[in-house]
Amino acid sequence: MTALARGGHRATLRSRREARAAYLFLAPWFAGLLVITVGPILASLYLSFTDYSLLEEAKWVGWDNYVRMFTQDTRFLQSLQVTTVYVVVSVPLQLAFALLLALVLDRGLRGLSFYRSIFYLPSLLGGSVAIAILWRKVFGADGLVNAVLAVFGIEGTGWVGHPDYALGTLILLHVWTFGAPMIIFLAGLRQIPSSYYEAASVDGAGWLRQFRSITLPLLTPIIFFNLVLELIKSFQSFTQAFIVSNGQGGPADSTLFYTLYLYLQGFKRFDMGYAAAMAWVLLLIIAGLTGVNFLASKYWVFYGDTK
Amino acid sequence: MATPSRPVPVLFRQFRGGPLAKHALLIGFGLVMLYPLVWMISSSLKPEELIFREPGLWPSEFTLENYTEGWNALKHPFSYYLWNSAVVTVLSVVANLVACSLAAYAFARLNFPLKKLWFAVMLGTIMLPYHVTIVPQYIMFSKLDLINTIWPLVMPKVLATDAFFVFLMVQFIRTLPRELDEAAEIDGAGYWRIFMRVVMPLCLPALATTAIFTFIWTWNDFLSQLLYLNNPDNFTVPVALRTFLDASSDSSWGPMFAMSIVALGPIFGFFLAGQKYLIRGVATTGLK
Repeated sequence: MTALARGGHRATLRSRREARAAYLFLAPWFAGLLVITVGPILASLYLSFTDYSLLEEAKWVGWDNYVRMFTQDTRFLQSLQVTTVYVVVSVPLQLAFALLLALVLDRGLRGLSFYRSIFYLPSLLGGSVAIAILWRKVFGADGLVNAVLAVFGIEGTGWVGHPDYALGTLILLHVWTFGAPMIIFLAGLRQIPSSYYEAASVDGAGWLRQFRSITLPLLTPIIFFNLVLELIKSFQSFTQAFIVSNGQGGPADSTLFYTLYLYLQGFKRFDMGYAAAMAWVLLLIIAGLTGVNFLASKYWVFYGDTK
Repeated sequence: MATPSRPVPVLFRQFRGGPLAKHALLIGFGLVMLYPLVWMISSSLKPEELIFREPGLWPSEFTLENYTEGWNALKHPFSYYLWNSAVVTVLSVVANLVACSLAAYAFARLNFPLKKLWFAVMLGTIMLPYHVTIVPQYIMFSKLDLINTIWPLVMPKVLATDAFFVFLMVQFIRTLPRELDEAAEIDGAGYWRIFMRVVMPLCLPALATTAIFTFIWTWNDFLSQLLYLNNPDNFTVPVALRTFLDASSDSSWGPMFAMSIVALGPIFGFFLAGQKYLIRGVATTGLK
């Protein structure tokens, strides 16, 4: 009895010691959570109901910022539309390329790691200012694309300077970085047991049938994962639009990304209350989108183990 | 029909007869993808007036003029901005390695109250858009008089807010056999010693992945450097490149290309040196 009690006592001592150690190891992370993440999130919620410019005291204005956003500010609505088009077009295109290349590269191909590296490189470089500068020149009036078109006798236009095409060049830039999701697809393809394909080909299933009945269903969790990740990421694109449009979102606001407009409002016009409100709308959009994604996933994502 | 001895479940099965065709296709596609990059390199080595007259890759005339001109085009020589970037980047790498591994060890190995909740919170912060915190963070750092210092850039990393890497290391530590920890504990080692002497040495691959990714992301990062570094004396490479774009007329693309290549150099170097870690890192956690 006493031995048992002592044992239990020792166990609680030990677990208390362990918990104390854990919280010590986590101390920097907790501090960051408080000061860098949760504090600012709550502060920006408060600021979103104020008029604040860094120089004066914040003035409570209620829902004004939100009302202004959706009823009066056409540039805000434009930025929402531009970003939506960008996300809706570039993410599926990028993932389609990633999946296609992953399928081509999968198994039994010599030089796999070479190709994989080549296709992955743009993903590492794509977010940089240097590549955005390059893009601006590749699609400029006297840029590479037009020089190539001229070889075929086609006269191009200044793609980045044209309101109809500028966003298209940014979409292309996003598609160009398909390497990272491709690598995730490749890792997923490797998980599929080759015996499935053996059985299928014994039964006479052609490649299309195998793709539709084996590869695609077993890959849906990976497709879902990539989709969630890329949606969140592309909604926040900033650098490319900033550089290509010289920080303005032009021509004619055709590349005015949501985050770029937020930056202009918050840090050029110092309308920080409004920028904070925009930040919260962004958070809600991304959370909503991710939530819908998870709900919808029940209908198309196949988890082999749960059936 | 003959069953293939080694089934190749590939979309382009019909190319099996001619793998050469497949390779030709892949190489062609790769060339199109990399063409702009190679074009930039070759343009940077051409005299200004030739850049847009010949779309071909091999310069008919070589010159390093663009590099010398670009290097000295701004207020400071370009090496100055490279140094500033290097300071921010190296400090970020060190901070991430220390702070994220500390947190990861606790999440992966120790038991404590509310562990599941905190772990979920940590995963949630991975998804959190940077812009949601950006306005109050800016206000905070400006009230603390830290604008135009490196603190706003490095402090978040010291405090382990790059949760990707915490997650990456948690996943890695979980694959290490627990018996090692237990053996060390029987030998009388405390948690700190187990962390330093047992877990960390085995974590080298995860630490390498973290270091390389932190390096590349910080080196490329534009938004926070644009926000917090307003004085040309503190400019890092991305911000300097951006002023280049502002300052120069549309005709001086040669020097700008040259400096862009200088800016991409370190990333390319890390890519060549650390491919293995990069690709494994992407594949296991689905980072960029």
